[in-house]
Amino acid sequence: MNAPVHFDPASDAFNTPLDRIDVSNPRLFQDDIYHPYFERLRREDPVHYRKDGMYGSFWSVTKFKDIMAVETHPEIYSSAAKLGGISITDRPMEFRRSSFISMDPPRHDEQRKVVSPIVAPANLNNMSGIIRERVCRVLDGLPRGETFDWVQRVSIELTTLMLTTLFDFPKADRANLTYWSDVGTADVNAGGIVDSEEKRLEILGEALRTFTAMWHERAAKPPGFDLISMLAHAEATKNLVNDPQEFLGNLTLLIVGGNDTTRNSMSGGLWALCKHPAEYQKLRDNPGLIPSMVPEIIRWQSPIVHMRRTAVADTELGGKQIKAGDKVVMWYISGNRDEDSIDHPNDFIIDRARPRHHLSFGFGVHRCVGNRLAEMQLIILWEEIMKRFPRIELMEEPKRIYSNFIHGISEMKVRIPE
Amino acid sequence: MAKITYIEHNGVEHSVDVPAGKSVMQGAVDNNIPGIDADCGGECACATCHVYVDAAWLDRIGLPAAGSQEASMLSFAAVTQPDSRLSCQITVTDAMDGLVVRMPEGQH
Repeated sequence: MNAPVHFDPASDAFNTPLDRIDVSNPRLFQDDIYHPYFERLRREDPVHYRKDGMYGSFWSVTKFKDIMAVETHPEIYSSAAKLGGISITDRPMEFRRSSFISMDPPRHDEQRKVVSPIVAPANLNNMSGIIRERVCRVLDGLPRGETFDWVQRVSIELTTLMLTTLFDFPKADRANLTYWSDVGTADVNAGGIVDSEEKRLEILGEALRTFTAMWHERAAKPPGFDLISMLAHAEATKNLVNDPQEFLGNLTLLIVGGNDTTRNSMSGGLWALCKHPAEYQKLRDNPGLIPSMVPEIIRWQSPIVHMRRTAVADTELGGKQIKAGDKVVMWYISGNRDEDSIDHPNDFIIDRARPRHHLSFGFGVHRCVGNRLAEMQLIILWEEIMKRFPRIELMEEPKRIYSNFIHGISEMKVRIPE
Repeated sequence: MAKITYIEHNGVEHSVDVPAGKSVMQGAVDNNIPGIDADCGGECACATCHVYVDAAWLDRIGLPAAGSQEASMLSFAAVTQPDSRLSCQITVTDAMDGLVVRMPEGQH
């Protein structure tokens, strides 16, 4: 926790003048103190305008139903990269890279359909065996009776291995995928290695070169069932490699989407169970609850904090007048705690009646293409954990990243009792 | 009220009475019939209440209009067929008594 001890977030959240509240401050998420700010907005000003905030002027959409309204009207709320794309950060124009998540229909539809078969039901069945083998190997290699970092040993290792399968990428070089994923989403003000868009592009240039070589190799061969081969052989994307910025945009999307999100749910789920011992006991008593626990973990973690749209027409939302050109931010992390749409939203409950009714995957045409793969990985992980370890102990509070986009856990010390 | 038969991908049949005015999706969810996830709760925003409409009923139930939100969401669903619909977009009427819908291999 970086917050000074005398600072009371609830008091600050409810005493700051409404028009001064800025929920885009990444420190709120790094210090895990964001809840009261969103609680106040949901209650007093659910569609909230912040003028000249840390990330410019923007509308915050904080309630489940209003977020759903934005999601289902892509003709009003655009994802287009050139308008600003899907993140609250307005990158300089020359660094705005298109990808199918930062595109509107119909081009979005054409590109998305190229990659979606890799996460279709039949292929999920094909992949489940290899995922379980890896989970078993990683869990069996964990130390007993000593403190270790769950993020490095489990969450990063498993999700990066998953990416090597999806891309048919050399396993020995897999640390690059984790690195590029982190670089792709790093906030330039976080104090890390990516302190400018130029630096980000320089590092991602390595990713671009690596994948361009793989592309040409695979384009020359018969179609294979990995993401690069699928893109190289599909009519809608076969020339993507000739547009390096859009190719890089799509690579970043697939790497981050297939990695960072599930990584943080793997960490956040264990954290949630450790903080809710009665639910952890419920799980020990009935591991059959895992399939309903997993979507609850994904709601609880909300691995993507927000998605951004840009209005392309004047419209009304929650009684507010939105103007064409306005930046509209859907705070999934807030909608997932909306008492009008989710019963007891501030409780972590592993056997909810409708656990998949959450916003973490988004809704509408941009809904997470890999959502069932993410759930499957988490289900297998928890099935194998419960076969081996009745209890894993949290040794200290997790360290979180400085970001208002990725709800990330960078380190979480745990111990498996001997 | 209409009796609707939901057939899971593994062949298990569930016949239930669904009040007119509800959606075919709600009929499944209210009766805890597995195979229809309905993540978005009926907003036509997730395509996880995908069903195949029985051939005998397809003319009467109809297909989603080209360019509609349902057609758009269905185009992203896996394992679609010409008789695919999103069951949250089919409103039950008394005339649908006897309707049969089948579930796909997975909701995606």
